[in-house]
Amino acid sequence: MSERVGVAKTYKLVLNGAFVRSESGRVYEVLDHAGRFWANVAEASRKDVRDAVVAARAAQARWWSLSAYNRAQVIFRLAEMAEARRDELAEHVQRAEGRDAPAARECVARGIDRIVWYAGWADKLAQVLGGANAVAGPFFNFSLPTPSGVVAVICAQDSSFEAFVDAALAPLCAGNAVVALASEARPTPGLLLGEMSVTSDLPGGVLNVLSGRVGSVGASLASHEDVDGIDLDGAGDRAGELSVLAAGSIKRVRQPGTDFAANSTARLRSFVETATVWHTVGR
Amino acid sequence: MGEELATSHLGALAYDPAPESAAIARLHESYGIFVDGAFTDPAQHAQLLTLNPATGSGLAHVAMGSASDVDLAVASARRAFDTTWSRMRGAERAKYLFRIARLIQERARELAVVETLDNGKPIRESRDIDVPLAAAHFFYYAGWADKLEHAGFGAHPRPLGVAGQIIPWNFPLLMAAWKLAPALAAGNTCVLKPAETTPLSALVLAEILQQAELPPGVVNIVTGDGTTGAALVEHAGVDKIAFTGSTEVGRVIQRRANAAGKRVSLELGGKGANIVFEDAPIDEMIEGIVDGIFFNQGHVCCAGSRLLVQENVADEVLRRLLRRVDQLRVGDPLDKNTDVGAINSAEQLAKITELVETGEAEGATRHTSSCALPSEGFWFAPTVFSQVSSTQRIAREEIFGPVLSVLTFRTPDEAVAKANDTTYGLACGVWSEKGSRTLWVAERLRAGVVWANTYNRFDPASPFGGVKESGFGREGGRHGLEAYLDE
Amino acid sequence: MDARAGVRLLDPPRAPVIASEAQLRALLASLSGVDAAGAEARAAKLATRSIKTSSKRAALDMIISMIDLTTLEGADTPERVASLCDKARRPDARDASVPSVAAVCVYADLVGTARARLAGSTVAVAAVATAFPSGRASRRVKLLDVEDAVAAGADEIDMVIDRGAFLSGRLGEVFEEIVAVKEACQHAHLKVILETGELVTYDNVRRASWLAMLAGADFIKTSTGKVGVSATLPVALVLLEAVRDFAESTGRLVGVKVAGGIRSAKDAMRYLVVVNETAGSLWLSPTLFRFGASSLLNDVLMQRLRQVRGAYVRPQEFSAD
Repeated sequence: MSERVGVAKTYKLVLNGAFVRSESGRVYEVLDHAGRFWANVAEASRKDVRDAVVAARAAQARWWSLSAYNRAQVIFRLAEMAEARRDELAEHVQRAEGRDAPAARECVARGIDRIVWYAGWADKLAQVLGGANAVAGPFFNFSLPTPSGVVAVICAQDSSFEAFVDAALAPLCAGNAVVALASEARPTPGLLLGEMSVTSDLPGGVLNVLSGRVGSVGASLASHEDVDGIDLDGAGDRAGELSVLAAGSIKRVRQPGTDFAANSTARLRSFVETATVWHTVGR
Repeated sequence: MGEELATSHLGALAYDPAPESAAIARLHESYGIFVDGAFTDPAQHAQLLTLNPATGSGLAHVAMGSASDVDLAVASARRAFDTTWSRMRGAERAKYLFRIARLIQERARELAVVETLDNGKPIRESRDIDVPLAAAHFFYYAGWADKLEHAGFGAHPRPLGVAGQIIPWNFPLLMAAWKLAPALAAGNTCVLKPAETTPLSALVLAEILQQAELPPGVVNIVTGDGTTGAALVEHAGVDKIAFTGSTEVGRVIQRRANAAGKRVSLELGGKGANIVFEDAPIDEMIEGIVDGIFFNQGHVCCAGSRLLVQENVADEVLRRLLRRVDQLRVGDPLDKNTDVGAINSAEQLAKITELVETGEAEGATRHTSSCALPSEGFWFAPTVFSQVSSTQRIAREEIFGPVLSVLTFRTPDEAVAKANDTTYGLACGVWSEKGSRTLWVAERLRAGVVWANTYNRFDPASPFGGVKESGFGREGGRHGLEAYLDE
Repeated sequence: MDARAGVRLLDPPRAPVIASEAQLRALLASLSGVDAAGAEARAAKLATRSIKTSSKRAALDMIISMIDLTTLEGADTPERVASLCDKARRPDARDASVPSVAAVCVYADLVGTARARLAGSTVAVAAVATAFPSGRASRRVKLLDVEDAVAAGADEIDMVIDRGAFLSGRLGEVFEEIVAVKEACQHAHLKVILETGELVTYDNVRRASWLAMLAGADFIKTSTGKVGVSATLPVALVLLEAVRDFAESTGRLVGVKVAGGIRSAKDAMRYLVVVNETAGSLWLSPTLFRFGASSLLNDVLMQRLRQVRGAYVRPQEFSAD
C-alpha cells in the first residue's frame, strides 16, 4: 500500500467573507523557514485593496450597529474556532517561523488567549475610555469611544500569528472593520485566522486578510482615501514613506515599534475616536 | 403676510455706542520673540505689522520669526525640558499653571481688549468666552499635573519632550491655552507659533508667564507667518507637533511630521450640520442656529454652517431665522452691544466673498442682513442661503465666515445621511425635544462633538476634536492629555 | 434694527375660537417646548447689553411711564394710597419733565380712594381681584370681587389664575374662569396673573400664557409678588415670545406685565432690552408693557437725577412711599 497523498491547499485572500484569488491572477511563492517551497499564495493587487476597502466600509456600519456584548461574543467565537484548530495553527507557525513544536504551540496558545482578552474588552471600552465630563453649565456631557472606521493593518513580518492577532483584533474590538495585510513572507497563519473568522459569526467584510507585497499593497492602503487609519506595525523601512502617503487624507497612523505593556489599552486607543455629546439639562 | 406694524409713539430703544476703551490694551509699538523667558530681537530683524481688522490700521509690529529664531526657541525649550520642567514634581508644575490661570483672570479686561483689537471679534465674546475659558483651561489642567498616573495612559506616563504648537487666528488666546495647558501639565516644554494676523494676545500671555515666574524656556513664543511654522515643523529638535488650522495645511504638516517620525495631533476644518427636527424648542433653536454660525463671525472650525431642517417646518424656521438674523448688531467690535464683528483679514474676506458668489451662481437663494457695515476695515454682513443642495460648493466647503447654508430633510435617516455627507467630521447639532431620537441621531453622526439643544459650547473638561479630515487627537478633558504623554 | 424686529401679522388675522377643552388641550400641546438652559442663556446674554448716555435717559423715562405703582399690604391706608397717587401723577415734585407712571395698583377696597385722588390725570387705577393672591375662593366670590372693583372705578383688573386647576390639567376650568372675569371687567382691561413661580416650568408658563391670551387677556402678568419666586428675565422672555407669536397668528396684541422683585433701574433696563429684542419695539409702550413695582420708581428717579447732576444722589431725595 502506498502512502496517502495529501491534499494541497490553495491559499486565497479573505475578502468580504469569501475566499478569492487575486483579481490580478498573480501569486507569489512562500517558502518555509528552511527556504523550501511551501505554497503559491495570492498576491493582492491595487484592485483587491479597493474591493477590500469597499467591503470593509459596508461591513463596518453593520459591525458597529451590533451591541458591544454581541461583538464580544463574536470575537470570543473566533477564539473558539482558533482553539479547535490550534494544532493546525501551531504547525503553520512552526513551519513559517522555524520554532520548535512546543514553542509554536505556546505561541498559538498566547495568541488565542489574546483573542479572548480582546473579546472581553469589546463591552468595556466605553467605560474605560469614555465617561462623564463635569462641565461648568447646565449640560449633561459625556464622551464615548467610537471606531475610526476602516483600518488598514500592515502586520508584523516576523511574528506571523501572535502579532497578527494584536494588530487585527485591537481595531476590530473597538468597532472598526479591518483590512489586514499578513506577513509577506509568512502569510498563512494570518490567512488561517481569516478563514476562521468567516465561521465565527463575524459579518463578512469586517476582517479582510490580504497576502501580498508590503511595498505595493501597503502603498495602496496608505494612499486610499477611504481608509481612516493605518497601523504600520510590519512596514519596516517603508513606514516613513507609507505614513507620508497616509497624511493625504488625514489618516490616523500607528507607527511601528510603539512598545506597550501587555495589559495596556494603547493599541485599543489607536483607532478610536472620542465622541462627545452635550445635552442641555433643565426642567 | 401683512405689513409690519408701525412702531409705537415711544419709539425704539436705541443703544448708544458703549465702547470699551482701546487704551486698556497697553500695546507696545513692537514686540520681539519670547525665548528663554525674555523678549529678544529676531535674528533677521524682520517684522510684521498686525492690523486691527475693524479699521484696517496697524496695531503693533511683531517679529517675523526665521528658522534661526525657531532654532533658538527649540534649544531653549530643550534645555528647560532637560534641566527643570521634566524633573519637577507634578505638584510644583501645577502651581505654576494655577498662577497663570489667576494672572489671566487678573488681566482679563486687558486681554479681552487686545484680542478684540487684533482679531476683530466682539468684545462681548472675548470678555465672556475667550478669556474666561483660557483661564479655565489653565486652571483645569493645573489640577492634572500631579495626577497623570490616573489619566489612563499607563502607570508611568512620560512627557514627550519639546512640543511645537501652531495655532490659528480665530481664538488666538484660547487656542494658546488649549495647546499650552495640557502640554505643560504633562511635563513638556513648548514652542508656540501664533497666527500671522493675531499675535498680540500670545505676547501679552508671555508677559503673564514672566509674572508667573515660569522657568525660562518652558514656553517660547515665536511670531511669524507660514514659513515660521514650517521651520518649527521641520525642526529636528521638536518631538511633537500640535496644529490647529485648515485641513489643507494640516495635510502638509502631517506629511512632514510623519516623515520625521514626530508625534502629531491635528484640529482642522469642519462643515458642521445643525439638524433641526419639527419638535425642536423653537426659540432656543433659532438662537442656537445664530450662535452656531454667527458666533465669532463664523470663524469657527466647528461652526454649524449647514442647517438641516425637517422639511415640514422649514418655512417657519427660515422665516424666524431671517427675522432674528436681521436683528444682529454688526459693527465696532469694541462696542459691548456688538453681536458680529469684523472679518479677520482682507484675505479671509476675499475667500468668503468668492464662495458666496458661487452660492449665488449655483442657484441658491441669498438672504443678507440689512445691517449697515462700517466703511473702513473688513466686513461681511450675516448671510443665509436657502434652497441649497448637497452638491453645491457652499454646502461642501468650509467658508469660515458668517454664511449659513440651509438644506432640508424628511426623515431622521436622511438627516444623518446628509449630515455625514462630508469629508469633515468635527461637530454637529441636534435640536429636538425627543430624547430617544436625539441619542439615536447622535450615535450615528460622524463627528467628534455633538451638541443637543445647544451649539458652540466649550469647556476645559470636555474633549474637543474631529474625525475624518477634521483631524485627530482631542483637546480638553482627560483625553486631551493623551496628545502629550507617552506610556 | 428695532422696526425690523417688529412682528408681521397674518392677513387676515384669525383668532381661534375655543369650543372645547379637548381643542384647547390640543392647541396648547402643539406649542413648541422651551429648553430651559437655552432660554436662561438667551436671557443672560441679553442682560449684558449696555445702555448708555442719551439712550439711558430715554429708557429711564420709559420705565417710569410703564410702572404700575403698587401697594398691596394689609396695612394699606387711604392716606398711604393718596400719597402713592400723588407720586404716581408726579413722581418728582421738583421736576415736571418726569412722566407720570402708568397706573396705581391697589386692593379693590381702595379703588375709590385712588380714583378720586387721580382724577384728571393720565394715571389709571388698577385693582387686584379674584381673591388675590391665592385665588382660593369660589367663582361667585371672585366675580363679585371684580364687579366691585370695576364699579368703584377700576380701569384695569389684575386677576390670578387657578394654578391648582392648571397644574392638575383642568384647563377648561381655568379658561372659563378667565372668560367669565373678562366679561365682568366690562370696559376695564384684564391682566391675567399666571404666578409663574408656582407653574415652575417654562413649558407651563408658555402654555398658561397662550391659554390666558386665547381666553381674552389684555395683558399676561408674571406674578403676584406674594410667593417666593416672582418675575425673572427668562420668564419674561417666554411671555414676550408668547405675545409675539400670538400677535402673528391672531393679529391681536397682548401686553406683558412683569411684577415682583424688580427694584433697580438696572434690572428694569434689562427687561426693556428683552422686550426690544424679543417682541420688538412695538411693545415698548405702557399700553403693552408694564412693571408692577413699588421701590423701583425711587431707584429710577435717583438714576435720572444722577444723570442730571452728574453725581450719585442720596436715597432721601425722594419720599419713601
